[in-house]
Amino acid sequence: MVKFSTAAFICSVFVLLGAVMSGAGASHTLGELGAINALAGSFMAALSAALTVYLMTRAGLPVSTSQAIVGAIVGWNLYSGFPTDTASLIKIVATWIACPLLAGVIGALLYNGATVFVRWARLHIYRLDAYTRLALILAGAFGAYSLGANNIANVMGVFVPTHPFTPFEIGDSFALSGVQQLFLLGAIAIGVGVYTYSKKVMLTVGDGLLPLSPVGAWVVVVAHSTVLFLFASQGLEHLLASAGLPTIPLVPVSSSQAVVGAVIGIGLCKGGRGIRWRVLINIASGWVTTPVIAGLVCFVSLFFLQNVFNQQVYREASYVLSQPVLDRLAADAINVSALTKLKDKRFDTVKGFRNTLHEQLDLTEKAESTILSRARIAPTVIDSDKLWRLEDTSLSEAQVVSLSRLASRTFDHLWILDEALAELSEEWRSRPASKVNKLFNRRLMEQRREVYELFQAK
Amino acid sequence: MARQHSAARQGENMAGITLFKRTKELETQTDEFCDKVSEGALAFMLGINCYLDGEFALFDERREQVLALESRGDQLRREIQRRLYVETLLPESRGDVLQLLENTDGILNACESAMWQVAIEKPVIATEYVSDCKCLLEAVVKSVDALVTALRAFFNGSQTVSDQLHKVIFYESEADTVSRRLMTAMFASDMELAHKNQLRHFVLHIDRIADTAEDVADHLTIFVLKRAI
Repeated sequence: MVKFSTAAFICSVFVLLGAVMSGAGASHTLGELGAINALAGSFMAALSAALTVYLMTRAGLPVSTSQAIVGAIVGWNLYSGFPTDTASLIKIVATWIACPLLAGVIGALLYNGATVFVRWARLHIYRLDAYTRLALILAGAFGAYSLGANNIANVMGVFVPTHPFTPFEIGDSFALSGVQQLFLLGAIAIGVGVYTYSKKVMLTVGDGLLPLSPVGAWVVVVAHSTVLFLFASQGLEHLLASAGLPTIPLVPVSSSQAVVGAVIGIGLCKGGRGIRWRVLINIASGWVTTPVIAGLVCFVSLFFLQNVFNQQVYREASYVLSQPVLDRLAADAINVSALTKLKDKRFDTVKGFRNTLHEQLDLTEKAESTILSRARIAPTVIDSDKLWRLEDTSLSEAQVVSLSRLASRTFDHLWILDEALAELSEEWRSRPASKVNKLFNRRLMEQRREVYELFQAK
Repeated sequence: MARQHSAARQGENMAGITLFKRTKELETQTDEFCDKVSEGALAFMLGINCYLDGEFALFDERREQVLALESRGDQLRREIQRRLYVETLLPESRGDVLQLLENTDGILNACESAMWQVAIEKPVIATEYVSDCKCLLEAVVKSVDALVTALRAFFNGSQTVSDQLHKVIFYESEADTVSRRLMTAMFASDMELAHKNQLRHFVLHIDRIADTAEDVADHLTIFVLKRAI
């Protein structure tokens, strides 16, 4: 219906736009699951996911890159001893189940809508073909944009905490943050992949896998793109939250499962005959097998990378329960009486600190996460010689002014720096945790991260 | 202001022209092809009726008319075929559409062939068979007419294709009944065997047109199912 060269060009351009403009949302959720803090670790997590996808595809097992990368991150968490955020994990897994279901519902609605429209419009077969071709190109562009926005996190998400890029601007209107440059690089890689290796896959999916009419194919492309877009758009999330509606979590989801969901939706509209229910069972089994295999591969590979190749696969964190930390934890409504025994004792591994904490008291996951973030030692010096470099960051003028007022001061913990900044400027204050404020708080977190990276004491 | 408005309209027209000019021309050609098939069947019926009534000069005129229509039908089919390939239109269902047009063109070929057969052999048809021959002709032309209506409905995206397709089957069956009745009567008569055989071929040639229409209808039924979104 559309030539390969046209499809490849549209795909590459819109994947790139989607990744750079809207790729941050889904990768943020992966960051919540586990922030890999060493480049070698990020590399191995990405490689493990890639290896899992390759090996499972060769073995003919159903596989999704999104699920593989989640498994690899959990594998890194297990290896490094950093805790896995169960709430984020549950959110991600729930989205995997919701993705094909939602694609099925949207596919069914679009199918019925398209059927009614085609009957009503009574277009000549040649004209319908011309419209369908145009619609397919537009849907393909939307699909590529959504794919870039949603799935770039699979390719580049693990590198977000460790990437070496600094923000740059061209003129007044065009600026690319470090993360956007990272995503641009990933999108270029996807573009190269599209031009070099995707022809066979495109033809298989287009001709062999899904024998659909052109209008049916359009329905599938739009349904799958909409689902990917819903799970990637920060703008839509903010819009829904502002209107008081429930938001959709921004999570990388499997595009192939969305396609299968949409096709099944159409199949059900046609009476449910000819649907291969076995495919559904395969998808469900993929939700379990892919992350487990990727996690195992990542765990074993990290062991080899660290012990055979002497690479630092994670940066150890140090912790101390100093008096200010204990006071702050008490303010956070955490029972600190059992922790006073550990006062001023320094822990140089996350595993050691967590084990000691669990020996001392029965902790909930949330309480443990709070203690870890408050007690973590991250010496930060607001060096006045580095203040000029704030011009290259996304910080506002008021934020820069308040930072300069802290010049020459040293902070042992990041939360102390956050509080000092919050006292000086409204713009450094987190808003109450609500869906409407989510976007603002997420941006503030990114700005804080820029400050931490710049002023981190060597 | 007026110039700006006119330029904007021209721009819109240009976009429309580039996008739909090719399809519009093809629509016209496909429609004309359907016209030729329908006219061919009608001219065939009128021509054979003239022959049955002994008006041989008029029969020759109608034969020329069918020949011209068949030739134009071939020309249109080839042009549609060329454009579908050259302009890469309907890539998904091009093969089916071309097969459909080719099979439909077979109706014109069958009409022309039957008329030539009559013109060459000049069969003598006894008056007692004329009425049934006219019945046969009517059933054949009605089956072709229903087929052309179904084809137009299909090409124009109408949902009435199946309404017409069952009529094609009905008239084809009717043509079979009449032709069997005719042949039974002919072979029961005391005509010479060679004459009986000649008339049998005359009847079969006419009946073949309805058979071709039925074949196209069968193909169209499957094609409609394939195109269902």
